[in-house]
Amino acid sequence: MPATGKSLDRVDGRLKVTGAARYTAEWEVPGLVYGAVVDSAQARGTVQSIDVAAARQAPGVLAVLTHDNAPRLQPIPEKIGGTLFRGEGGITETSQPLQSAAIEYAGQPLAVVVADTHERARYAASLVRVSYAGQEPDLAMAAASRKTLPETFLGNNEEKLQVTVGDPTGALAAAPVKLERVYESAITHHNPIETLASIARWEKRNGADFLTLYDTTRGLEILQEIMATSLGLPKESVHVICPFVGGAFGAKGWLYAPALLTAMAARVVGRPVKIEWRRQDMFAVAGHRPATRQTLSLGATRAGNITALRHDTLTHSSQSSGYTEPCARVSRMMYAVPNLGFAHQLAHLHLPSPCPMRGPGETVGGWALECAIDELATELNLDPVELRLRNYADKNPETGKPWSSKHLRECYARGRKLIGWDERNPRPRSMREGSQLVGYGMATTMYPAGRKEAQARATIFADGRALVQSATHELGNGAYTIFRQISADALALPVDRVRFELGDSALPPAPTSGGSTTTATVGPAAQAAARAVLAALISLAVRDAQSPLFGATAEAIDAREGRLVLKAQPGTGEEYGAILRRARLPSIVATDGAKPGEERDKYSFYSFGAVFAQVRVDEASGSIRVARLCGVYDVGRLMNPKTAHSQIIGGMAMGVGATLMEATHYDARNGRAVVRNLADYHVPSMADTPDMQVEWLNIPDPHISELGARGIGEIGCVGTAAAITNAVFHATGQRLRSLPLTPDKLMRT
Amino acid sequence: MHPFQYQRTETADQAVAAVAQDPAGTFIAGGTSHVDLMKEGVLHPSLLVDVSGLPFKQITAHEGGVRIGAGVSNTAAATSADIRQRYPAVSEALLAGASTQIRNMASMGGNPLQRTRCPYFRDPTQACNKREPGSGCAAIGGYNHVHALFGASAACVATHPSDLAVALSALDARVQTLGPDGPRTIAFPDLHRLPGDQPHRDTVLAHGELITSIDLPAFSGRSHYLKVRERASYAYALVSCAVALEMNGSTIGRARVALGAVASKPWRVTAAEALLAGQVPTEPLFRAAADAAFADARPLEHNAYKIPMGRNLMVRALLETNGLQPLQGPAGTAFAASVGGVAGQFAVPR
Repeated sequence: MPATGKSLDRVDGRLKVTGAARYTAEWEVPGLVYGAVVDSAQARGTVQSIDVAAARQAPGVLAVLTHDNAPRLQPIPEKIGGTLFRGEGGITETSQPLQSAAIEYAGQPLAVVVADTHERARYAASLVRVSYAGQEPDLAMAAASRKTLPETFLGNNEEKLQVTVGDPTGALAAAPVKLERVYESAITHHNPIETLASIARWEKRNGADFLTLYDTTRGLEILQEIMATSLGLPKESVHVICPFVGGAFGAKGWLYAPALLTAMAARVVGRPVKIEWRRQDMFAVAGHRPATRQTLSLGATRAGNITALRHDTLTHSSQSSGYTEPCARVSRMMYAVPNLGFAHQLAHLHLPSPCPMRGPGETVGGWALECAIDELATELNLDPVELRLRNYADKNPETGKPWSSKHLRECYARGRKLIGWDERNPRPRSMREGSQLVGYGMATTMYPAGRKEAQARATIFADGRALVQSATHELGNGAYTIFRQISADALALPVDRVRFELGDSALPPAPTSGGSTTTATVGPAAQAAARAVLAALISLAVRDAQSPLFGATAEAIDAREGRLVLKAQPGTGEEYGAILRRARLPSIVATDGAKPGEERDKYSFYSFGAVFAQVRVDEASGSIRVARLCGVYDVGRLMNPKTAHSQIIGGMAMGVGATLMEATHYDARNGRAVVRNLADYHVPSMADTPDMQVEWLNIPDPHISELGARGIGEIGCVGTAAAITNAVFHATGQRLRSLPLTPDKLMRT
Repeated sequence: MHPFQYQRTETADQAVAAVAQDPAGTFIAGGTSHVDLMKEGVLHPSLLVDVSGLPFKQITAHEGGVRIGAGVSNTAAATSADIRQRYPAVSEALLAGASTQIRNMASMGGNPLQRTRCPYFRDPTQACNKREPGSGCAAIGGYNHVHALFGASAACVATHPSDLAVALSALDARVQTLGPDGPRTIAFPDLHRLPGDQPHRDTVLAHGELITSIDLPAFSGRSHYLKVRERASYAYALVSCAVALEMNGSTIGRARVALGAVASKPWRVTAAEALLAGQVPTEPLFRAAADAAFADARPLEHNAYKIPMGRNLMVRALLETNGLQPLQGPAGTAFAASVGGVAGQFAVPR
């Protein structure tokens, strides 16, 4: 019985719930001192002067770093591993901390105070006085003085941001039915429960500088590379460690000021330094999903064939980042539309830098598309599911490539049954329960089924146990668990005899854990390493005259239940450990990797799903509650249904937050985050989270890899917002086109 | 955090004397609000006098009503059978606020003294006359979604965040205090101040004056609390409403109505109360009362939604208190108070 596909309990569950799992801020480093950050009260201008005299004299203070005395950094590279880092459409900010007097956003770090205790550092930070030469900041997208049209998302030529297929303008003009709607979404923050933290320790190794960095990161190798280039070190002289991430959701991967500040502070004081960021700081330095203003234009025949689709987005970034929320990600591939156009305009504001957040582009872009499709269904007097079926795409409409595997029709059919779609009264504002209006809504969901290259190392020990390692990340996603399962199967060992290690840049490299790619990327690498070590063990056995397998060819040998055996005579063989012990080897090791191949050129890889929502609306108060959420997903073969279920309901709950309550406001005059704590920035409580019925088709993707498994980190979040918003329309007859749907939005003043 | 001294005292007199002699001294009980504000750099007391050990921890019968010691936890008060049965608005307000963990720590004397949730008050880099007199008010012209409709001034538009205070105001509770000049009684509706040109003074309490108990007067009518918020649990009110209703046969004897989250104090709507007295309760009457209650509302840029929301809420609170509409959940529970109920198939779990 293979371990993959089984609902194994989370192997790190006990460590996490007992507090034994070590998170970044918890490492005990001898001689540790503490940094506290002073941030900018203004959004634009320059620092005229910083008076640090009082802070320097405060008890326990070791140093105060400002742009006047901080070490100089080398610039962020143009590209790393094919990903664009600088410029329009790039992933990160190019301004680095404490390198100049320029102020680009409120909350920007302006000084770091280092002291012998955290409390003394914080107190001394409150004594730093900054004089500003302020300027009027650009804080509104529409009025921004610098707007650009980025060409690609992250420099990827497969993901252009300004695209026209066919003649959408002409087709819209000619369409018998057309609609144009504007949808707006608010800035939201990832707000993982673990705030950002870094610990930096410098030492001399062989006479050269060496940096050890404990950091809340889901991108060990990129961070290692950024630290090395910025600090002028060889990559090998930076060691990044992070065995547990307390949630990321898109944060903790692409913004580096926190780690750089910590490394600089540690270098200046000559001792290891920790900087642990407070919740309010997360609204300045941790990244966010930017606000969007999206215009959807649809043209259709009376029979409901969509002939034209335009999706035009205005979004924003900071002064030095070109990150562009790719809002057309769903529009470009979901429906069989012959004339398709989309554009992304980027306003550079004096706000902190955005970055990906769970379903970047898909969550808010898919919301706008799927609401517009619902509006079109109303316009055509068609069932919303039927309209989607009439425009079902049998191949990718933008590229013309066939899908690797798509079973969306089954998702619709099952979802409508689960929610009771056909029992509802389809007329808006027709259903009630007590004093509340009741409504049903649905949306299609998707997520790109990406895969990247990764390496892994497998070791079999003389006691018959094994260890597989790869520098991937545990973000709460279940990585420790499913990679142990995959490794166990590939090694033909029971799961309790295999360990999986991650979270250390010294291990064989794996990419940043993002874009729902980790399972599809690291799984095959673990398999490859396992096979390589078994091959090495086989070659040891067949050359050993004492082995029952002596002289056999490698092809004749199979690994079964911890033994190497002859395929033809499974009774003939021996345990892994016996081979090693006889050879007087404590262990045998092999490293190998796996990467996607030409299947990526032949097929279009996506996961699909259908989300159905039932809501209750208390119209007099504007209160919306989600009564039920049902999601049916086509996400390939599941490695572990239990952790998969958690991933997906977690995504759906985050979708509930984005739909009903999450919004960050920056003051329109000074750009300071106005809401900066988890009492006033609302994420869903248990009382906001309904029972979620989740099903999956569990059909392996035959082309993605031998495992047939796709990532599932984000698809649960995508689709939920539109299903709920469409249900609110069905309940009330009101189209709400601005996220989040807080109670004030339903009030007519 | 700024350095401070911490002190526990044996008696209330010692506590009062300790705070009175230090102009930057303050009491601390549950600390659920105060400690946050110290960490955020909003408050920097030089002395904290911990009153959580003082013997004000009883709920007792008092002059036909109930006396709640200032040190009683919000949880203990909310779940007291006496309070739940006789003053359900108090239990409902408490249970519809904060979280279980916070209610377990927070005291009844401290709850009405929590500071505003105006976000500008909580960020020391922003102008705020309440935090730093004379620095200005960033909420005026800023993001004022949660701010006041009534009684605001050019110096401050903050609202008071306590749910409990709204219920206590409608019930005309009395606050017993001990100050440097001895004990006194304050009518609850007089406890909090309008901002005027001194928004840094939330209440009429003198420096060093300690709340020792909250007295609920004898009351034989019905009381109820309703709250609208941006999520189903653990969120401050957008608008709330407490009603204390006494019938006289088929007409209203006396109706007291307080609105929450619309002013720097629980906002008693006396004109509406006068309109209700002596009338037969009907929905049109309640609607007229609600219109009267909001006639003087002065919305800011982002909070006009509170007017229709508040009117609707007040009508519903009256209907539910009077019995013309059913309560949404058992009286004295968070479910009765929470408009919209909880997510899931049933607004009130079955």
